[in-house]
Amino acid sequence: MQNEPTSSAPGLAGTPANSSFDILHSPLGSPQQGASVREVNDPFHGDLLEVSMGPHHPSTHGVFRMVATLDGEIIVKLKPVFGYLHRNHEKLGENTTYLASMPYTDRLDYLAGMTNNWAYALAVEKLSGQVATERAEYVRVIVGEMMRIVNHCCLVGFLFNDLGTSFTPLLYAFREREKFLDLFEELTGTRMMYNYQRFGGCRVDPTPEWLAKAKALIDGFPRFLDEYEQFLTGNEIMLARTQGVGRLSPELAINAGITGPVLRATGVGYDIRKVDGYGVYPRFDFRVPIGDHGDTYDRYMMRILEMRESVKILQQAFRDLPAGPIIDPKAKNRGLRPKAGEAYGRIEGPKGEIGFYLISDGSTNPYRYRVRPPSFINLTVLEDMCLGHSVADAVVILGSIDIVLGEVDR
Amino acid sequence: MLGSGIIKGLAVTAKNFVGSFHDPERLPTVEYPEKRLTLPEAYRSFPFLVFDGENAIDGLRCVACKMCENECPPQCIYIIPERDEKGRPVKKPKVFDIDLSVCMGCQICVEVCPFDSIKMDQVFEVAATNRFEGLIAHREMLAKSNTYYHQIRPTEAAEVDTRLAEEKRLAEEKAKAAAAAKAAAAAKAAAAPKPVATTAPASATAPAAAPASPAKPAVAAPSPSPSSSSSAAAPMAAAPKPPATTP
Repeated sequence: MQNEPTSSAPGLAGTPANSSFDILHSPLGSPQQGASVREVNDPFHGDLLEVSMGPHHPSTHGVFRMVATLDGEIIVKLKPVFGYLHRNHEKLGENTTYLASMPYTDRLDYLAGMTNNWAYALAVEKLSGQVATERAEYVRVIVGEMMRIVNHCCLVGFLFNDLGTSFTPLLYAFREREKFLDLFEELTGTRMMYNYQRFGGCRVDPTPEWLAKAKALIDGFPRFLDEYEQFLTGNEIMLARTQGVGRLSPELAINAGITGPVLRATGVGYDIRKVDGYGVYPRFDFRVPIGDHGDTYDRYMMRILEMRESVKILQQAFRDLPAGPIIDPKAKNRGLRPKAGEAYGRIEGPKGEIGFYLISDGSTNPYRYRVRPPSFINLTVLEDMCLGHSVADAVVILGSIDIVLGEVDR
Repeated sequence: MLGSGIIKGLAVTAKNFVGSFHDPERLPTVEYPEKRLTLPEAYRSFPFLVFDGENAIDGLRCVACKMCENECPPQCIYIIPERDEKGRPVKKPKVFDIDLSVCMGCQICVEVCPFDSIKMDQVFEVAATNRFEGLIAHREMLAKSNTYYHQIRPTEAAEVDTRLAEEKRLAEEKAKAAAAAKAAAAAKAAAAPKPVATTAPASATAPAAAPASPAKPAVAAPSPSPSSSSSAAAPMAAAPKPPATTP
């Protein structure tokens, strides 16, 4: 539902033909079409207005700037501007040892440090021919899936902030996230900058008490999700603001290299946990949620459903966690000199495919260190999703992509 | 019915509002400066240097091997080894600075230290008005007693003490064996070869491993109780007393 007085604006196409609320009651009902641009020969046609949103507006999720060209309130052109948080991450990686890059990877996507650690550890393990122990693989799945829940809690909270529900959904989600962060703090020593994964395993072994606490938290998590969904999913305002807004076609998503929930919301079943089957993921029984319309609502539902699947994976992981060493006793971390060669390690992060590409020339530093950041690549279709929508919708669409500027700019 | 979703949502909000008065699950906040949460033992903030015995600088376990300086990712550690009057290194740091405004608390220095001399602190209130005077920690500020280490990380410190004591015992046995061999060799022939130095540097600099139970603090340790969270809140500079002579 557009907010402008549609009936009195001649030539403003694309207002919903059916203004009844019927569609709202089917979660994946027929999507509304976004309003299109006014005709040029419109007698009331005015000049286009260029608005610079950001780089510090809170709705832009960090130091990100959108230069939006507006026709009235409708976006006709949108240029993303980023680089304000660039800090030479890849060059730093080429000038430090393999181990010393590990804490830097926490700072890429600072809402999901554990999965960054994991992807980097996987890349270096491939490069140096090391294998993580069985227990470490399970612990990686545990912390990785917990990280996914933490990330999606953040995302859903921020998405509703962008929708204008000032802070209540965000704080409910953060209250839950805090419990996970407390567990991470107990395990790794910090709440967000974990530096936990090592080549050949993990740094510290979770104690039985920690595992019991984590299991209790996971077992109680669906209760929170049920309440949260009751709170938000059926909300008519939210449905009106998200259904049919920011549609992304599967063809464009595939061509642009979109990964993660944004891709799956368009109906493409591509999850690296299933495609690559890295680690011990093939042993778990879980499903990958697939959307239908590729709109903001589907992207929101992807996150909710993925959290439920993560809970399933976690329960299986707690059940099957084997005993044994957490790190290979022969694992080489300090002073690692892999043989000359290249490796690409990728995992399904909460935001999409996070990968690290490394070239070794046999020295202690990588010759080339390249990050494949999901946030950055998912951001490239922002303009295509925003065209024809109002400014307020652009904010919501940006929120539904789930970007973290630490990763976009590196 | 239109609006039923909103009403359902408001019911959840009401449940949370009412719950926040009696249910700790729904009111998890703590009024921070007055009340504090107990930090988990694994919590880490910035590195500090462990010393044994009474004197902060003489008892430092650090031998200035520069391993941490080389491995530190943001290169915030700066070490100059102490030298005696003949210019030979004496396995002590003359300067050991950590720039806390650069340090990111990754604890890689702790992992690479072969002498268990650098550990992660739990002090997080280190705000200062001056970057160069307040946030560059010198060795006097960094040196904290083993007792303090036991207070903040009882389990880990006990493990470290056991390991160091074991290393010391092995080194002493080795030294004894070497001395016996030397005596035997001396008895055999006057021109016996000189035995190589056998004591490991760590155990040589550690006079006596502190007991696992926290004894009286060697210097002004911030808090006697390990479970009290205020131990972590003590200002960093309050832990050791700097000696009269500064480098």
